[in-house]
Amino acid sequence: MAQAQLTSKAIAVDWATRMRPQESMRAKVWRRFRKHKPALVGLCVIATIVALCILVPWAAKYDPGRTHLELIREPPTLQHIFGTDELGRDLFVRLWDGGRISILIGVATMLIAISIGTLIGSIAGFYGGRVDNILMRFTDYMLSIPQLFLLLIFAQLLRSTNNPTLSGGPTPIIVIIGILVWPPIARLVRGQFLALKAKEFVEAARMSGTKDLRIIFRHILPNAASPVIVAATLRVGAAIITESTLSFLGFGVQPPTATWGNMLKNAQAQMTYAPWTAIFPGLAILITVLSLNYIGDGLRDALDPYHVEWE
Amino acid sequence: MTNYIIRRIIQAIPLLLLISLTVFFLMNLIPGGPLAAYENNPNISAEDLMRLKRELGLDAPIHVRYWKWLTAVATGDWGISEVTRRPALVEITEKLPNTLYLSITAFICALLIAIPIGILSAVRQYSMLDHIATTIAFIGQSMPVFWFGLILIIIFNVHLKNPTTGGPLLPGGGMFTIGAPFSVGDRIRHLILPATVLTFFSLGHYIRYMRAGMLDVLHQDYIRTAHAKGLTRRAVLARHAFKNSILPLVTIIGLEIPGLFAGALITETIFSWPGMGRLFFNSIERGDYAVMMGILMMSATLIVLFGLVTDIVYAFIDPRIRFD
Repeated sequence: MAQAQLTSKAIAVDWATRMRPQESMRAKVWRRFRKHKPALVGLCVIATIVALCILVPWAAKYDPGRTHLELIREPPTLQHIFGTDELGRDLFVRLWDGGRISILIGVATMLIAISIGTLIGSIAGFYGGRVDNILMRFTDYMLSIPQLFLLLIFAQLLRSTNNPTLSGGPTPIIVIIGILVWPPIARLVRGQFLALKAKEFVEAARMSGTKDLRIIFRHILPNAASPVIVAATLRVGAAIITESTLSFLGFGVQPPTATWGNMLKNAQAQMTYAPWTAIFPGLAILITVLSLNYIGDGLRDALDPYHVEWE
Repeated sequence: MTNYIIRRIIQAIPLLLLISLTVFFLMNLIPGGPLAAYENNPNISAEDLMRLKRELGLDAPIHVRYWKWLTAVATGDWGISEVTRRPALVEITEKLPNTLYLSITAFICALLIAIPIGILSAVRQYSMLDHIATTIAFIGQSMPVFWFGLILIIIFNVHLKNPTTGGPLLPGGGMFTIGAPFSVGDRIRHLILPATVLTFFSLGHYIRYMRAGMLDVLHQDYIRTAHAKGLTRRAVLARHAFKNSILPLVTIIGLEIPGLFAGALITETIFSWPGMGRLFFNSIERGDYAVMMGILMMSATLIVLFGLVTDIVYAFIDPRIRFD
């Protein structure tokens, strides 16, 4: 056993040195990722947006929630470069303040969806048979109810509790989006598991008496990670759009907490004479999600040299 | 083939039952309902409330009520809308054609644009056209549908004027001009903006999948063989490549149908389009349970049905799929 391990390790080291001297996985991915120019630009844009979201509300001279009744619906000027809204709030500061919540919702939702999706997908793919059948039928069922309709019903349910944290805060929105959007990720992970569990290294682990859980988490999951990482990137963007849609329909995060979605809802009534209130939050969503999608595209190329298109 | 279709329909039944169960329990979780108006009314005593509950059958255990509801739904009794006092089924089936009219138009437009663009950008990979098409596809995927709708309204309804009448260039809402006699032109003018929004909603995905499918096929050996036989480029693409390259697109269409309902809900709400999505939105706001449940059931059924149609189409165009 020890002998066999040593030899295979020696061969692997030999191959690695022959192909590229001592390049770690991370370095390899980064080298490939840098070649994808739009993705690189996307990464810089996202870094800038995150920095602005952190810095602007903290450093700005205007409070994002402070109303100025003498400055109602000012078009963009040098003092208020994105203009002001119907309560005279500075939209530049408010935009980055809202960005904090919108991006938080995107990232947190992604974490929930990835956790549930990975768990269900790996169990289904690893055990196969009846377990797989039941879990995948459940996934199909989740996919056959229109998601937005369900989201609205859940949001209505939360709203009817009349509890301020439950009915208008970001946390419940994160939870309800997270528990509804995992099915595609479960399918993806399951597909990976089906392909990987037949591989020799899994067989070897099994032969040496490794426990199922350890095989799932230590042997298969790291090898299935690439498409999940890409899906996670795209998921953040999708969740930002979902939040904005919910908020736009009036079922998301409630004012005075700003998000890009409820800023747009607010803008709808006044957009004919104050179009800047609608243009900037929408552009913020578009640019953020577009960058995330390009990063996802770049990661896909960098992580998977065979380049399989999915989702 | 017939066997395959019948078997798929039978498989869909437990799924629909499960969905109906979910819908029913969700609706029961939301407070309110037919007696909500009386509960806070001091003139109605607790006894009266109990009597009303008994008369309406609301005191029965939940599984009894579910069974009653399910059998009623199966026989076409979908309850009465609490807002309009008309049967919910009538309310929904009145709006359904409008939704289909809008979504099918958008769906066809999206395919008519995406298929040629996807093919061209695969055939001329990394050309200017490919870069532009990919960028448009990415932008389409990254934009909230409603925001695109708002921007179109600002441009075409608020800012641009019709040079002959001086009114807005395009109407920003509704399905036709109220009070005006029926005219095809008027219908089309009302259709342009919402259909553009919905088209753009799925266009990005379709272009990407068509392009990916075509790229995949173009690298196959049989395409090289076809070229080697001396066939023209057009013949190779049309006869050998196209049919195989469209498979990924068919898959994604099947997966995206639920998304179309979401798109329709948002588009219809922005453009005051009298469809099922807007009806759902309104009935949530008003707490109109019968209509909400009906629309959920109706759209879930349609999703299952369209999924079935996609599978059958798939089986038709891909002979490798067996029907047994």
